[in-house]
Amino acid sequence: MEDCLLSFEDFGFQYNAQQKPTLYNISFSVKKGEKILIAGPSGCGKSTLVHCINGLIPFSYKGQMTGSLKIKGKETRDLSLFDLSKSVGTVLQDSDAQFVGLTVAEDIAFALENDCVATEMLKIRVPEVAKLVHIEDFLDHAPVELSGGQKQRVSLAGVLVDDVDILLFDEPLANLDPATGKQAIELIDEMQKKTGAAVIIVEHRLEDVLYKPVDRIILMGEGRIIADTTPDRLLSGGFLSENGIREPLYITALKYANVEITPLIKPSSIKSIKLSDEDKLKVRNWYMTAKAAEDKKLGGMLLKTDSVKFAYDNGHVALKGITVAVKEGEMLAIVGTNGAGKSTFSKVVCGFETQQEGKIFFKGEDIEGLSIKERADHIGYVMQNPNQMISKVMIADEVALGLRTRGVPEDIIREKVEKVLKVCGLWPFRNWPISALSFGQKKRVTIASILALDPEMIILDEPTAGQDYRHYTDIMEFLLKLNQSGITIVMITHDMHLMLEYADRAIVFSDGLIIADDTAAHILTDKETVDKASLKETSLYELALMCGIDDPGDYVKRFIDYEREVMR
Amino acid sequence: MNNLFNYIDRPSPIHRLTGATKCVCLLLWSFAAMFTYDTRFLFILSVASFVLLKVSRIKWKDVSFMMVFTAAFLLMNNILVYLFSPHHGTEIYGTCTYLFGLTGKYAPTAEQLFYHLNYFLKYTATIPFILLFVCTTNPSEFAASLNKIGVKYSVAYSVALALRYIPDVQREYHDISQAQQARGIEMSKKATPLKRLKSAASILVPLILSSMDKIETVSNAMELRGFGKNKKRTWYMGRNFKPADIAAMAVCILLVAISYALNILNKSRFYNPFI
Repeated sequence: MEDCLLSFEDFGFQYNAQQKPTLYNISFSVKKGEKILIAGPSGCGKSTLVHCINGLIPFSYKGQMTGSLKIKGKETRDLSLFDLSKSVGTVLQDSDAQFVGLTVAEDIAFALENDCVATEMLKIRVPEVAKLVHIEDFLDHAPVELSGGQKQRVSLAGVLVDDVDILLFDEPLANLDPATGKQAIELIDEMQKKTGAAVIIVEHRLEDVLYKPVDRIILMGEGRIIADTTPDRLLSGGFLSENGIREPLYITALKYANVEITPLIKPSSIKSIKLSDEDKLKVRNWYMTAKAAEDKKLGGMLLKTDSVKFAYDNGHVALKGITVAVKEGEMLAIVGTNGAGKSTFSKVVCGFETQQEGKIFFKGEDIEGLSIKERADHIGYVMQNPNQMISKVMIADEVALGLRTRGVPEDIIREKVEKVLKVCGLWPFRNWPISALSFGQKKRVTIASILALDPEMIILDEPTAGQDYRHYTDIMEFLLKLNQSGITIVMITHDMHLMLEYADRAIVFSDGLIIADDTAAHILTDKETVDKASLKETSLYELALMCGIDDPGDYVKRFIDYEREVMR
Repeated sequence: MNNLFNYIDRPSPIHRLTGATKCVCLLLWSFAAMFTYDTRFLFILSVASFVLLKVSRIKWKDVSFMMVFTAAFLLMNNILVYLFSPHHGTEIYGTCTYLFGLTGKYAPTAEQLFYHLNYFLKYTATIPFILLFVCTTNPSEFAASLNKIGVKYSVAYSVALALRYIPDVQREYHDISQAQQARGIEMSKKATPLKRLKSAASILVPLILSSMDKIETVSNAMELRGFGKNKKRTWYMGRNFKPADIAAMAVCILLVAISYALNILNKSRFYNPFI
């Protein structure tokens, strides 16, 4: 047990405010230099487990601990939060909030400052650590000047200064675009090799984490450990989908083709997987027999922009001539890196900002003179974080807000609110306070409050950010239903799965320009676009190539169409 | 940009002083200017503060907005003082010298004008110094400085945190306000004051709710990295006092002493040339 850094033995935890324990019978251990992935759906107890490891439990969140949790041979309850922070370095999900310094250098120095390390030593140590995570050229930058990936590097540097034994990453991919997420996984791998620390990654995006090898995956569900095994073994069983974790797409595709997944073929990554000629033939046969769905019938032109250009007051040119056409009934994804102009574009369309050049037509009419409020009657805008939109205590009042400000008579409001709440599946909760709802339900409330205004089109900013597979499916199926009822839906997203599975078409922004406008299946199999827009090729593409399919784009399309047909 | 500090990084002897020194000097300088109405002393302070502004290589355009704003404020203030007590000067100096052959309540007196001159000098003695402090103190160093002059580090750090998160909160306010306007909440002057107050609430509620989420994360993040562990902490941006710092503070202490001594010599806070 010498090299055992962390060991749980029949560990359980119950928050003081809760009636039932959140964790039951947790037993596992982590050795020096190991790399472990903890996966599980929202509410399975992963966050609580993270808090137990880094000491926020029991020192900040109070509750009842049972069993034993030892870090480097000592029970955590006998240590202090500060002792633990010397052994466990935590990189939080929200790396923006974790950034407490005014500049990169100060933030990296933070832990050492608290340890009273002399200023001269800080000036030596900080650049060293910054170099380790490749952020040394940004030492005097303020957080607003950094991208999400750079902020995460700073967070990582901020815990690496302490020479910790365990690096704990809480959903490191949640706020990153696909390419940056890939780099984050590479960086974690590199840091582990350089520092020799044990790494624990908590994440539900299995396929993305497995881009670099991990030693074990611990699968959690409802407060218990369901599996603790190697990735190859885990992917060979049916555990994942049963427990609300999305299995890698290539695994699903292989299963459709009746290829047997066993640990022997090393299924943990598309890079490592070994398919026999027979398996490849099965995949090709599946491709030949799978039918592509017919194209959706779309209505007339709804929104059209004509070389829209926009620059912010500080001179930053965010849009350099955007021409798009959205048809009635479409479900469209807008993708691209942070700062590519996606959000600015939606702001210009909603009238929050006014373009300097170019025209915007809605149903053929120039909407230049229309105010924010007037445009909102046609185009609804749903923010990423529902907490940023909700201003009333009760659900019904929140949904009625837009109607009341428009002076609609009270009896019509009641009727409309009832209808919208039923559509959104919120009717049973109509008399609940909003604070009692889950994140996904709050999201529905914000969508409901926009729907109440009967818009023809809704723009959603990152509709599924931070959601696990089940909630993601809930939200997306709901949006699909709305779309089928005739509402045009535009989604701004980083999520490749979302764009593949739900968008009829994707528009790719890069540096204020549109670089692609095509089906998601085609975009995600086009290397040039993928690289330019910091997207990530889907593993289906590599699978298609591996199996000798000439048109990977078509293969991906058939896969998605099949999935839609079979799964729904 | 929208910051409490408008730090301008243009190396100068003033920039090289620590933030703590500048903070102490600002306080002492203000005391010195506040204690006395001695015209000669205030005049010297005024000239000196403009000279220091020049030494610190701050340009007119960097501070023009604040300067014009203060000048307008000062002008208004003086007019009001004149309107409400046009004989304040005569009461203070004990004589009444009408000018230009005019008499009456609002007729100008030499005493009143002299009083206004003093009033004006008080501003010119302190405002440039405040601008000097704001423009030459690196905000990152400021928290370290506060801690150095005896403010508890948790309090000092909260100043740094406020500077860190103010831009975030501003951006969030902006976003929320746009989304609420889209739902038809009128924020412009077209709405009645009561309605606007209500509208403000519909932005503040979501702003507070989402900030609360953030506060929990931030405080966790700080504790996980050992904030609050020791009674003391060091500062990456902290700087030690150099001879120049000591000298600067000594000069300012001297100024306070002179100001105090002048009050004793003049037997009042005012220097009276009329007797």
